[in-house]
Amino acid sequence: MKPKVAFFDFAGCEGDQLQVANLEEELLDLLGQVEVVSFREVMKEHSDNYDIAFIEGSCTRLHDEARLKQIRKNAKIVVAIGSCATIGGINSLKNYQDLDDVRRTVYGDKAKLFDTYAARPIDAVIPVDAYVHGCPINREEFLHVVKSLLLGKRPDIPNYPVCVECKKNENVCAFERGQFCVGPVTRAGCNSCCVNEGTICWGCRGLVDNPNENSQKEVLIKYGLTVDDAINKFKLYFGWQERKR
Amino acid sequence: MKEKNFDVEVNHVTRVEGHGNIYVNVRNGTLERCEWNISEAPRFFEAMVVGRNWNELHHITSRICGICSIGHTLASLRATEAAMGITISDQDLKLRKIALHAENMQSHLLHVGFLVLPDLMGVGSVIPLASSNPEEVKTVLRLHRLANEMSDMVCGRTTHPQRLIPGGFSKIPSMKELRGLRERLQASVPDLQAVAKLLKSLAPKIPDFVRETEFIALTSPNEYALYDGKIGSTDSDAAPAREYLSFSNEYIVPHSTAKRAKHKRESYMVGALARLNINYDKLSPLAKKIAEIFDLKPVCHNPFMNNIAQLVEVVHSVEDSIKLINELEAAGLKSQPDYNLPEIKVKAGQGVGAVEVPRGILFHDYTYNEKGVCTKANCVIPTNQNHGNIELDLKALVPKIMNKTPKEIELTLEMLVRAYDPCISCSTHAVEVHFV
Repeated sequence: MKPKVAFFDFAGCEGDQLQVANLEEELLDLLGQVEVVSFREVMKEHSDNYDIAFIEGSCTRLHDEARLKQIRKNAKIVVAIGSCATIGGINSLKNYQDLDDVRRTVYGDKAKLFDTYAARPIDAVIPVDAYVHGCPINREEFLHVVKSLLLGKRPDIPNYPVCVECKKNENVCAFERGQFCVGPVTRAGCNSCCVNEGTICWGCRGLVDNPNENSQKEVLIKYGLTVDDAINKFKLYFGWQERKR
Repeated sequence: MKEKNFDVEVNHVTRVEGHGNIYVNVRNGTLERCEWNISEAPRFFEAMVVGRNWNELHHITSRICGICSIGHTLASLRATEAAMGITISDQDLKLRKIALHAENMQSHLLHVGFLVLPDLMGVGSVIPLASSNPEEVKTVLRLHRLANEMSDMVCGRTTHPQRLIPGGFSKIPSMKELRGLRERLQASVPDLQAVAKLLKSLAPKIPDFVRETEFIALTSPNEYALYDGKIGSTDSDAAPAREYLSFSNEYIVPHSTAKRAKHKRESYMVGALARLNINYDKLSPLAKKIAEIFDLKPVCHNPFMNNIAQLVEVVHSVEDSIKLINELEAAGLKSQPDYNLPEIKVKAGQGVGAVEVPRGILFHDYTYNEKGVCTKANCVIPTNQNHGNIELDLKALVPKIMNKTPKEIELTLEMLVRAYDPCISCSTHAVEVHFV
């Protein structure tokens, strides 16, 4: 019996499910090992009988919690995929603002029609068994996590900062170039892909387990950022995690 | 027909991006209710970017949509660049156009090949086709992979591109890489023709449905407008992008978390068919030939033909990318520093970026203060502009197909929604059919 898998999405851009579709030929291989029973983005069929549930997106509405709890009940293993699901992601930017103002900004006098609450990762609502971090997720890492789960093993996800990978890749440090980066506190596993492409680490994989946030903020300030800008850098992806700590 | 009673309720239309529903009630042969309703959770990007710095806006708004993240990034950069009077080099302009072509190809191939084809071949998804029609599926996969690798090469990756930054690129491909890409684009023509042949053989399955409407797309005297141009319409004169509000006129309906738009009529349509209807003359030679095979010419008012217009655009993107690489080669590709960071003079201002993305015309409009902090933002999303048109199409279509079985009615309505390739994450996100 092949394990049955299902994909679900909440508030997010569906860019992570797209990475799964982008596996292309490798996806065909994967389909030899599992049976996809629900994936609304690509198939009409749907079943509530599944072993592994992959969930993309954040929970941003009270009434979405029931759906999440039902998925938890149906699935043996729940996997959060992508920053919105694993750490709250970009969605949690709105948590810093007055949520009534946020609704009015976008929907004007019709604001009360549109329910919302602080954006949160999936594990703020239901227990999650495994995580595929990143915005978007990395296809190789997704395959690694799926293979590990199929073999009954715990996926190997780094708990050291992006700087480790960045140094290995012999990048010129963003700080030395006069830019600002949150790589020192961000969980590695992306192979420092954004710095490799000539930019900075934005923090999409979330904080490592024991980040030294205060000293990181001091470094940002030492290199010339204002206190507000340093705090702003942390708001982009770490909003929910910082609130929890 | 008089005694005809039925309800359709499709919750979460499948094989579309996001959550939308169709609700139809027919009593005594009369259509009493017909709603296209978006249930996607709203995400509030326009509020989220307020207080953020000018050099982060493209990174944040890229996250509106995974499928059109390159388009959102480019519309965002164009808005920021317009607000601060930033210009980019001709070389960067050409590379950005290639980036946009890559995304159009990727998105259209995904839609036509994986989401629409199952309807035409009578199955629920592409998964059974992988074993029943392996050659066809592999052909689409090869083209899709080419489009993805093209994005990787120019943008850094296919989704949420890293290299596109205010003022240009943080990193650019080498001429050797571009030559390799050109070779592969040239070699993809037989695959494109094979897909066209397959769709032609299935063309009788495309519903023959016509409802007159307005089409809106960028238009330019110089090219098939995608990256740049004025706002064009089949009902009015063209106008500069900064006048977008007089075209979109967004409004809110209670049964949907996505906004809607109207211009000269009750609704209008954007996307591949709108672009083709307005800019047909500017299509590349082979693209025109493919359009002719399907007898697709302007002005076509059958929304189901949007799927074919997407195929035509894929061919155009391949041919135009080859042309752009030729031009880059002739001009001599100039190298730039590693970790390139164009110097920007930050200033206060307001700017609009208008770009054609796979699903239609997209507007980003930002206001910055003197420190370059965003104080106001507005994004008008293609799928939102289409929602009103989708609902009016559904209303016109239901009476014409009442003699079919409920299952056929449901499928035809879903196919209509799917033809628009709605991107509901974008428009908050959107699709379900409810026959009530």
